[in-house]
Amino acid sequence: MNARRDSLRNPAPMPGFDAPRWRRDFPILRQQVHGKPLVYLDNAATSQKPQAVIDAVADYYEKLNANVHRGVHQLSELATAAYEGAREKLRGFINAASLKEIIFVRGATEAINLVAQSYGRSRFQGGDEIILSEMEHHSNIVPWQLLREQMGAVLKIVPITDAGELEPGAYEKLFTSRTRLVALAHVSNALGSINPVKKMIAHAHQHGVPVLLDGAQAVPHLPVNVRDMDCDFYAFSGHKMFGPTGIGVLYAKEALLAEMPPYQGGGDMIRTVRFTGSTWNELPHKFEAGTPNIAGTIGLGAAVDYLESIGMLSIQNYEQALLEYGTQRLQTVKNLKLVGTARHKAGVLSFVMEGIHPHDIGSIVDQEGVAIRTGHHCAMPVMEHFRIPATARASLAFYNTREDIDALVQALEKVREVFH
Amino acid sequence: MDLKELYKDVIVDHNRSPRNFRKIPDATRIQEGFNPLCGDKLTVYLKLDGERISDLSFEGSGCAISVASASLMSERLKGKTVMEAQQLFDRMHALLTREDTDSDLESLGKLAVLSGVREYPSRVKCASLCWHTLKNVLEHPGNPPVSTE
Repeated sequence: MNARRDSLRNPAPMPGFDAPRWRRDFPILRQQVHGKPLVYLDNAATSQKPQAVIDAVADYYEKLNANVHRGVHQLSELATAAYEGAREKLRGFINAASLKEIIFVRGATEAINLVAQSYGRSRFQGGDEIILSEMEHHSNIVPWQLLREQMGAVLKIVPITDAGELEPGAYEKLFTSRTRLVALAHVSNALGSINPVKKMIAHAHQHGVPVLLDGAQAVPHLPVNVRDMDCDFYAFSGHKMFGPTGIGVLYAKEALLAEMPPYQGGGDMIRTVRFTGSTWNELPHKFEAGTPNIAGTIGLGAAVDYLESIGMLSIQNYEQALLEYGTQRLQTVKNLKLVGTARHKAGVLSFVMEGIHPHDIGSIVDQEGVAIRTGHHCAMPVMEHFRIPATARASLAFYNTREDIDALVQALEKVREVFH
Repeated sequence: MDLKELYKDVIVDHNRSPRNFRKIPDATRIQEGFNPLCGDKLTVYLKLDGERISDLSFEGSGCAISVASASLMSERLKGKTVMEAQQLFDRMHALLTREDTDSDLESLGKLAVLSGVREYPSRVKCASLCWHTLKNVLEHPGNPPVSTE
């Protein structure tokens, strides 16, 4: 302990987690930006890809490329086995009961649109109510607004506190006999808040209301167990969990999927097609029209293998310690205010600096090699709540280190220098 | 490229104390501009005396680049004619977006400091918002807000 010169700079020992070792698996992180080593702190926007994922995608195109579920030839069978093998990996990763419950989509956005257009449109009537929260990403607002226009559905919003938590007691009060669905972020992308989803799901189920969770910011950072949470729908994106872009997953309980009409029509999702009418393929294929993103799916499977080799619980614990360190370090920057101070938070550090616009912060720290996001983070209602046009946001992944946080803090001092 | 090229002293100064940052109560024309990507918002107030711009001001919130650009614009165009303002728009548009450098950068005076923005493609819209808003109010008074996305 005596070796620790400065308790603030080294607030607590990091758990035994070898971040630099994992970081070496990410070739992109070795590069320089503006002549400075890249410090990548924009993981909530998209994560970087380990060599294992890059290799899996390249291997597919080099050795396996063929269409799936169609040919009798060897390559098609190998490609199908790899594609369906990835489905099994995803099933295990979130502990779904059945492969039928894993639908491959383009990302969390498409997953939510699928639920809105298939489940919502076939089940809801004018005046039916959907409960959302004020901290939702636009992708969990706009699909429901489209449904409002189409069906006359009513959106009810759980407000947030100035700490960025759901207002206590407000959620329960929104339920009525017309409530048909709750659609909620598991983890907020703009604030980092982790919502008490298990309790909220149990409450919704008491009213017979199913719950959709937007898990885009949760799956890469903490263990997700859909059966333990008992959520009805769970949406997430591959590219935020170290997999390729353009691939994601909708998990839904089999009983719900069985009742839902197809979302898109085309090849692969049918059993028979006649001009008088067609019949649908079995689950999960009923919801996967057309040739899927085979390479992306296999790459996502490789990302799951990679994450499991590290362990999601270890990742969560490490990122928690790094978040605490980052929170303390940022608070030492003069005139900096954190936006989003929920008690339960994932590794998101949103902040504003007095008299300095977030875009100026972003451009200046970029010159120091530090990549952060600035803007409204596709969560304009959150910005409105805090009466700010934008924030700067540093978001963590397990390959980030204390040195990355230190580089950010140093770059923020540069920002203050420019604007003295 | 050095940071100082983007955040020159003139820009930092005009951001800290923007010139003509006020309403014009008897403005001839008022136009709002909006950059939805970053949330920059500004309102340009214009008072015309025939073909002459007798007063030009703005209000709003935005990054240093957008505030400084609007401040410099208002300073430069007060007392100029509508024709001169339109010509200056064309030059500023070229300065912010084109590779070839203005052969007569000096005659742009302080506005030349905005040339550094060209190296930062994501920031060009910040600098050009006020100019597009001005062009719109000169050519089509009474239009809906200008958007630079």
